[in-house]
This record gives sequence, C-alpha cells and structure tokens, in this order.
Amino acid sequence: MIGKFAFWPDLASTVAWKVDAIYIFILLVTILVSLGVYAAIVAFVVKYKRRSEDEIPEQIEGNLPLEILWSVIPLGLVLVMFGWGAVLFFELTTPPAEALNFYVVGKQWMWKVQHPSGKREINELHVPLGQPVKLTLTSEDVIHSFFIPAFRTKIDVVPGRYSVKWFEPSKVGEYHIFCTQYCGNQHAQMIGRVVVMELPQYEQWLKNGGASSVNTGETPEVAGARLFQEQRCVTCHQTNGIMAPVLQGVFGKEVKLQGGQTAVADEAYIRESILNPTAKVVAGYQPNMPTFQGQVTEDAILQLIAYIKSLGGAAGEKTAAVKPDGVQPTEQQPAASPATEEAPSATAKPADEEQPNVGTETPTPENSQSAPATEETPSPHEEQTM
Amino acid sequence: MSAVAVPKHEEAPALEIPSQNYLNDGYSIRSWLLTLDHKRIAILYMVAVAIFFLMGAAFALMIRLELLTPAGDFMEAETYNKMFTMHGVVMIFFVLIPSIPAILGNFLIPLMIGARDVAFPRLNLMSWYVFMLGGMLLLTTAIFGGVDTGWTFYVPFSSMFSNSNVILATMAAFTAGFSSILTGLNFIVTVHTMRAPGMTWFRLPLFIWALYATSLIQVLATPVIAITLVLLMLERGLGLGIFNPALGGDPVLFQHLFWFYSHPAVYIMILPGMGVLSEMIACVARRRVFGYSFVAFSSLGIAIIGFFVWGHHLFVSTQSVYAGLAFSLITFLVAIPSAIKTFNWTATLYKGSISYESPLYFVVGFLGLFVIGGVTGLFLSTAGLDVHLHDTYFVVAHFHYIMVGGEIMAFLGGLHFWWPKMTGRLYPEFWGKLSASLVFVGFNLTFFPQFLVGYLGMPRRYHTYPPEFQLFNVMSTAGASILGVGYILPFIYFLWSLKYGKVAGPNPWRAKGLEWENTTSPPPTGNFEHTPIVTEEAYEYSHLPEANVVRASTH
Amino acid sequence: MSEQAHISAAHHDPFVAHQFDDRAQQTEAVSLGMWAFLVQEILFFGGLFTGYTVYRSYYPDSFIAGSYILDIKLGGFNTAVLILSSFTMAMAVYSAQNSKKGSLIGYLIATLFLGFVFLGVKVIEYSEKFHHHHIPGFGFQWHEPIGNAKNVEIFYSFYFAMTGMHALHMIIGAAILIPLIILAWRGRFHKDYYAPIEVFGLYWHFVDIVWIFLFPLLYLIGRHAHVG
Repeated sequence: MIGKFAFWPDLASTVAWKVDAIYIFILLVTILVSLGVYAAIVAFVVKYKRRSEDEIPEQIEGNLPLEILWSVIPLGLVLVMFGWGAVLFFELTTPPAEALNFYVVGKQWMWKVQHPSGKREINELHVPLGQPVKLTLTSEDVIHSFFIPAFRTKIDVVPGRYSVKWFEPSKVGEYHIFCTQYCGNQHAQMIGRVVVMELPQYEQWLKNGGASSVNTGETPEVAGARLFQEQRCVTCHQTNGIMAPVLQGVFGKEVKLQGGQTAVADEAYIRESILNPTAKVVAGYQPNMPTFQGQVTEDAILQLIAYIKSLGGAAGEKTAAVKPDGVQPTEQQPAASPATEEAPSATAKPADEEQPNVGTETPTPENSQSAPATEETPSPHEEQTM
Repeated sequence: MSAVAVPKHEEAPALEIPSQNYLNDGYSIRSWLLTLDHKRIAILYMVAVAIFFLMGAAFALMIRLELLTPAGDFMEAETYNKMFTMHGVVMIFFVLIPSIPAILGNFLIPLMIGARDVAFPRLNLMSWYVFMLGGMLLLTTAIFGGVDTGWTFYVPFSSMFSNSNVILATMAAFTAGFSSILTGLNFIVTVHTMRAPGMTWFRLPLFIWALYATSLIQVLATPVIAITLVLLMLERGLGLGIFNPALGGDPVLFQHLFWFYSHPAVYIMILPGMGVLSEMIACVARRRVFGYSFVAFSSLGIAIIGFFVWGHHLFVSTQSVYAGLAFSLITFLVAIPSAIKTFNWTATLYKGSISYESPLYFVVGFLGLFVIGGVTGLFLSTAGLDVHLHDTYFVVAHFHYIMVGGEIMAFLGGLHFWWPKMTGRLYPEFWGKLSASLVFVGFNLTFFPQFLVGYLGMPRRYHTYPPEFQLFNVMSTAGASILGVGYILPFIYFLWSLKYGKVAGPNPWRAKGLEWENTTSPPPTGNFEHTPIVTEEAYEYSHLPEANVVRASTH
Repeated sequence: MSEQAHISAAHHDPFVAHQFDDRAQQTEAVSLGMWAFLVQEILFFGGLFTGYTVYRSYYPDSFIAGSYILDIKLGGFNTAVLILSSFTMAMAVYSAQNSKKGSLIGYLIATLFLGFVFLGVKVIEYSEKFHHHHIPGFGFQWHEPIGNAKNVEIFYSFYFAMTGMHALHMIIGAAILIPLIILAWRGRFHKDYYAPIEVFGLYWHFVDIVWIFLFPLLYLIGRHAHVG
C-alpha cells in the first residue's frame, strides 16, 4: 500500500503469491547452501589453525567423486529453479483471452492511460478487482518501463513498438506504479498509482470520478472510427479494395507484400503502415499512401488500431493460439459503435453479457486479443530480436 | 647461484631491501614514464587506478548522501543522474576492469611463469598511455558537466535526448577498452610463449589460469562494445539512424550489442579476483588448492559460457519469451563453475594449516561476500522472478556484492598479499586486519538492505523515492560510512609502510611460487638472476619455503 | 638499459628483444600477437555485420534498393585493386624473406600506391553520395522507385559505417607502411629479420578480407532489385 512501511511488498495480484513462492524457495535453498559453506569455513579456520611456524599439513589433491557431487547437485537445484521460473515466466507473459484492453503511452515523464471505456488518466490506473487487465504499451520518446511491485509485473516500454503486460488485481488498495528504466531527468518522478476498486465502485468511478481522469465519451474503438474519418483514411480504405487494401477482417491475418514476403497484420504492422507506408506495401497496390508521421499521436494510433481490430480479423487460424487455460466467449469486447455515448459501462458488465456489434464480423476473443501470447509486441521483429 | 644460507628467521638479523631492485633502477621521471619494465608499469597503473577509485567513491558518496532522505534535497535531479552515471563509468571502465589485470597481472605474470618481462613491453607501456588518455577524456567529461545516461548508455535517450557529454564519455570508455584489449593480448601471448622451462600449463599457478581466461574475454568481447559505442557516437554526432525508431531503427538492438560485451565484462572483473583468491588461500592454508584442474578449467568454463548469457539483461526488454528462457538456462549453467570454485576453496581449508595473518581476513571476507553475490544471481536468472526484480535495487545489491564484495575485496587482499613483494616492506598487520574487517562489516551494512528495498520495488537510478523506503536507505548510507573508512585506511598505512614498514625479505608469507621463492622483494628489473627451471607442481607445500631464501630454481 | 637487465645468457643476437630467449620464441610471440589482434578485429567488424544482418532481415527490399544504386563498377574495381595489393604485399614478404631489398621496397611502394588508389575511389564514391543527398543525417533524400526512404537511410548508415571503418583501417595501414618503406630502404629487413613485414602483411590481408565480405553485402545484393 502506498505510504505504508513494510518489509514485504503487498500481494495484490493473482500471480503475486506465485512470484513470492519461487522467491522463498530460492531463498531457502541459497540460505541453506550459504550457511553450509560458511559453517564449513568457520569450522575449518578454527579447527585447523596453524599450530607451529613450520607446520606442513596433509597435502590433499582433490576428490573426483566429491567434485562430481558438488557439481551435479547444484546443477539439479538450478534446473529446478529454471523450470519453475520458466513456467512462471510463461504465465506472466501470456494474457488471458478475456482481459480488459487498456492502452498506455509513456513519455518523459508521465504515463497516459486509456481505459476500454474511453476514459483517460494521467499517472493513475483505476482497475476493477478480480478482472484480468491487459495493457498495450508504447513510448513516445525514450525507453521506459512500467512496473507495479504489488502485482509483480514489469515490462519495458519501447518507442516504435508495442509491448504487452497483463495482471489480475486481487486486493483492493492503492499501489505504486514506477518507471523503472532510466529515462532522463525526471525518471524518479515518473511514478503513479494503481487504484484497485470493487467492481461497483469502479463502474461508479468510470461514470463520474477522478480528478486526474477525463471522460472522453469515446471508447478507443469509437475514437479510432472518428479518426478514420477525420484523417481521411476512409477515402482510400473502402470495402471494395480498389485503391487500398480492405481493412475489414484484416487484423491478425497474414498479408502478401510486394516482393513476395508476407507479414502479419498486427498492431506493429498497422502502426508502421500509418507512419511509414511504403515500407511494407501490400501486393497489388501502388505505394501511394501518404505518411501520417507528425499528424497522429501514439494515442491516436492506438485508437486507430483498436478500431481496425474491431472490424474483425482472422477467425482464429493464424493469429492467437487458443490459450491453455481455455477461452470464454467474450463479454468484454466494447462495441465499435460510433453512436453509443453510454459505451463506458460496457466493459464493466459481468461475464456473460453480449455486446452490440458493428462491422462485418463478430469480434471474438481470438480477434480482439490476437496478439500472440508473448510479452513483446507481435511484430515482424519478434523472431529476429531474439 | 644456490640458496643463500641465512639463519632461521626467528633469529635472523635485520633484513635489508636489496640494493638493486626495480624501484631504484633509475629515479628520474623519464625512467618511470618511459619504462619498459612490467613491474613499473604495474605501479603506474596502481597510482592511476587508485585515483580513479577515489573519484568513483566520491560519486558514490554523493549518491548515498542524497538517498538519506526521500526528497531530492541534496542535489538537482540532473546532477544526481550524472552522479550515478559517472560512478558507474569510472568504477567499471577505470577501476574494476583494469584493477587486477593491469596491476597485479602486469606485476606478477612474468614473475609467476619465470619470464623476464611480458611478450610486448612497449605495447604494455602504450596500453598504460592509452588508459591515461581515456582517463583524460573522462576528466574532460566531468569538467564539461558530466554525462547523465547511466553507464549503460541506452538509446534512444543517449543518442537523441540527453543534453550531456555523451560523445566524450563514450570516447573515454572506448579508449579505456582499447587499453584493456592490448593488456589482454599481451597476457595471452606471454602465457603461451614465455613460460620458463618446466612450467607446463598444469604447473601454472591458478592466478595465471584466471588471468588467461580473463584475457581471452578482454580480447574477444571488448571490440564489440567498441563498435557499439562508435555507432552510438556516429548516431549522436552525425545523425546516422541505426537505432532511431522513427527510421525503423531498433533501440533494443543496442541493448543486445551492449550486453554482448558487458556481460562477459563482469567476468573480466571477477575472474582475476578468483585467481587472487586461489593464490592467497593456498598460502594461508599451506595447501595445494583442492581440485586444481577443476578450478583451472572452471575459469575457462566461466569465460566461454559467459559469452552466451547476455540476454538475461533483456528479460523484460520485449525480447522474445523463448530467447529469454534460453538465456535463463545458460545463465544458470554459468553459475556452476563458480560454485565449484567456492567448494574447492573451502575444501582447501580442510585439514590445512591456517595462518591467522591478515591475508586470511581478506580470504574469508571475499568468500563471505562472494557467496551472497553469487547466490543472489540465481534469483535474477529465474526468468519469472526477474520480471519483478529487474531494474530494482535487488540488482544493484547483487552486482555490488560480486563486484565490490568480491572483486575489490580480492584486489585489496591481493595488494596486501603481494605488497611485500612489490615494495619490500610489510604493512602493519593490525591495520590490515582492521581494514579487512571494516570493509566486510561496512559492506554488508551498505548493501544488504538494498536487497530488501529492491524486493519491495524501489527502482534503480531513482533520485527521490517514496518515504516508506527510507529506513533501508538510511541503513545503507550508514554502512557506507564504515565501508569508506575501511577503504581509506590502506591508502594511509600503505604509504606509511613505504618508509617505515618492516623490511619484508623475499618470502614473508613462506608462500610457494616463483615470485616468492626465486626472487627478492622487491625483484630486480630483470626479475630473476637466472631463468628458473621448474621441476615441481604448483603449490607443492610439502616443500615449505623459508622466509628469507631466494632459490635459483625450484626442487 | 640498466645493468640489472643483463642477466643470464647475454643476447648476442641484436634482432632479438631483451624479453625473449631466442629468435624462435620472438617470432612465435609476434605472430601469435598479430593473430590475436586480428581475431579482435573480426569481432569489432562483427558488430557491424551483426547489425547489418538484423536490419537486412527487417527491411530486405530497402536494402536491395539502397544497394542497387551503388556503383558496382567502382566497387568491383576497388575489389580488384585490393586483391592486387594483397599480392604485392605477399611479394614484399617474400622479398624480405630472401633479402631482396630492391623488390621489397618496390612491392611495399606498390602496395601503398594501390591503397591510395582504393581510398581515392572511395573519395569519388562518397562525394557522389553527397551530391545525391544520400548521406544519412545530412539531409538524406530518396527518390528512387524502390525501397522506402527511412529504411534505405538505415542501409546507408551501415554503408558509411562499414566502408568508413574499413577505410579508416586502410589509412592506418598506409600510415604504418610509410615508416616500413623507410626502414626497408635503410636495409633493416632481410632474411634474418623480417617479422614486421610479415606481421604487417597479416594486417593488410585482413583489411583486404574485410572488404571481400563488405563488397557483396553492400554492392551485390542490388542485383536482386526489381525496378519498375
């Protein structure tokens, strides 16, 4: 909790106890081994104190079985740590399908948060208790890192790409958000708080609350749709596909490019196409799209992406793998409907309600959370970046 | 010349500094600044590194003073950012990397292998001048207002956003790195080609194995940081767009290139310390190091495996999960050789004959601190746990335990251990023990709280912090004051010993090794009266040496 | 040198440095030293090759486009010049090994001359880039029908970084050749002492080999371009 002194950080997310468990396991193993070594050293130093100036002790060369023993046992122990840590790492980097989609833009020296409902905050993140939240993050300038110690989550926020982080809050309260990648002068001031609230309070807050929050009245998808019109994207990107590729249903699909390569139309691809359109031109089209660099902010790009996502995408084949923990039919998918000002409450409904849809395809969990189950942005860079 | 007959050391008459030794072989500045003698070059490095250490320690003092209180009331944010950056740059490039290799390595390698000098004495001197050039660039950086990017120089902040002297600072680091390459190159060739007759690879002291492995890393890894810094300079200075996201550049590529060197660099820093430990513990226990070949090969193992783990610095960088796991696994593997060494050292003490003189204090101090540093690395190798710990004070504590608790402790211990050989004088035992003890206690008080506050989530490089972290920061600063005293003391008593210290004689510790048994303290310029011929294994303590005898060859 | 340095077997061999026992040890050490230095140089350039590989995999079309307009005739000519200079350098080593002072000086001068030719061609190429605004960070413009400007700028960043670093190494090589020529003229090198020539030859061959890799990666991938 912010402001409260403690020897142990709060456990406020569903994974926190798992992280603490492995921490304690490694702690115990290492304390045991260290104390063993220390005890041996102290015992030997005391017991084998030199007794005379010319004393020559027994010259012991070595002992192969002992060497093997104290190589193999530590190896076994660290392999356990590795395996356990690997499983945990996968869990920390695999957002569940039904997570709420938040967008975060970091810049020197603040965090800009956009709720699925369209509500915006600066340096604060209000979230409902007990629902998984997926953040898609990017930076406007330098590398930052988004860290919530109480949730045991952290991800770097890199300019030019998207990173993904998820958590599910499990305890009401206020917790620190820290920027934890040095980013310049006010790095230590780039902090905020995450406020976990019970669901009813959260919904209330969505409607009315918050000094540092703004109700824009538009979900990201709605804002994206508006931008799509305002920036004249709609002029070329129509449903006939004559002047520009059709965007309905494209998200997450593999597209053929000029020159024969393919690319997956994910968040990173869309962002690149907006800012650097001649980089990966779709086969069969002229490189006529102008660049929007300088005309759209990172927030706006995220909204456009949200809109395009809402137009539907690859129905499950090439995009998101089905999550091992199962996929529930979505309820959290906000409507890409330009009309509804009441959309803010859509995300907060309990699990089993349907949402009104627009577009040619029903957004399914696979489509909306089509980012593959990795921490980083599903960009063409992924494989090469090792 | 055969062994000089001297009475047993209890009844020995007053010892004398040899009338002709490398220290009095010419007193002019020219004879020092144009020396080709590896021992003098080692002393030149020692003076330079000592000054840089004080500089780096001053920056650390500023940091700890600021962190006494949560608010940024001691200095501006920008100044603080420069403090931790300069602290890192100075300590890593100008203290930790050169310290043991360029000082103890330069002094001891030819002596330990029975050679007259290193393979390339002029190159050796040149590497000192290059190092000093780097130091001048660093001082210039400081005078012009410092640099505030962190010693890691991450882009795009360092290439496109910082308003500080990035190019000067990277030139300083580049230059120091070049010096390090030349030193490593010299050592590799020396060890390969200039061993005395009978000095086979497996009769070499373990210090030589450690320095050899270190030199391999220096030669192979340092050029990568060199080119990385050059690219950064070109990007910042000329606008080349390699890391610029607006052009499609990849800022994370910089991190890969940077850590490809900087991770092996930490082994450049610790391996020599491990070498010193092996020498000291053998002497302190009067025993051949337990499992000699395991210890020797573990040095090579650490050097080789250490090239493949850099990605553990990128677990949360948006690197792919699968790459992260591969790096996590290999990082765990690199821990094993270090564990083997630790167990072998401990076993060396078993049934030994353990002297309670000051070297023991440094040995025990190193083991105590290095073990903590090493095991806390396991927490960070665990990918799922590193997500929480990355870029927090937990990492800061971990690497300080290894770098300072390990390497500086070993370096200090080595300076103490070989001080009589280098100067012909003994330092006062009491003060040596006191210094080691103060460093050990002060170090733990300084850095242990940082593990706790790191797990709580306090990030690195924070000028201000939430008030609930204050207790740990105050403890840390308090410990730092004790640590500081422990480090200042040697400056005083070492200097005092040069004039007033007891004359040491050739082998005050009665240690095995050509440097102790086959030459005087201090040695003559050419090291040996006659080239030694080696006929016994290393650490053959069944033939315990006399304290005041110089042999022509070992048997 | 002080008295203290003359110990054990006095060196009558004036061509063996004081730290070595004999010529064989000296030769072995000097060779090993140069090889170790060259390995380090491989890693130095390796950073550039790694970056090139990464970005070429990201932006293959732009890399091909950037390569396409590089002058392959000039690049090819330079490649031939360097290979020839390696030959003249090898002949210089042979001359030294056989105490042929005249040929030694001739071949060293030829090597130096060819090095200057190479650098001269690079000056021509660089100034042509300057005129076409193809220097990254200095008002880079790209008006070709293939490749996209931003990514091609990255290609040219690598072009200049890699050929520039290579040219720097050639300049250093030329700078070392000059005193070597002077020493050769003074009769310093002969069959009993030619290590500096041989070791410098290794360095020169290395610089040549780096170019052998640079040339196809920078100039020849443009052959894949589909224009129009």
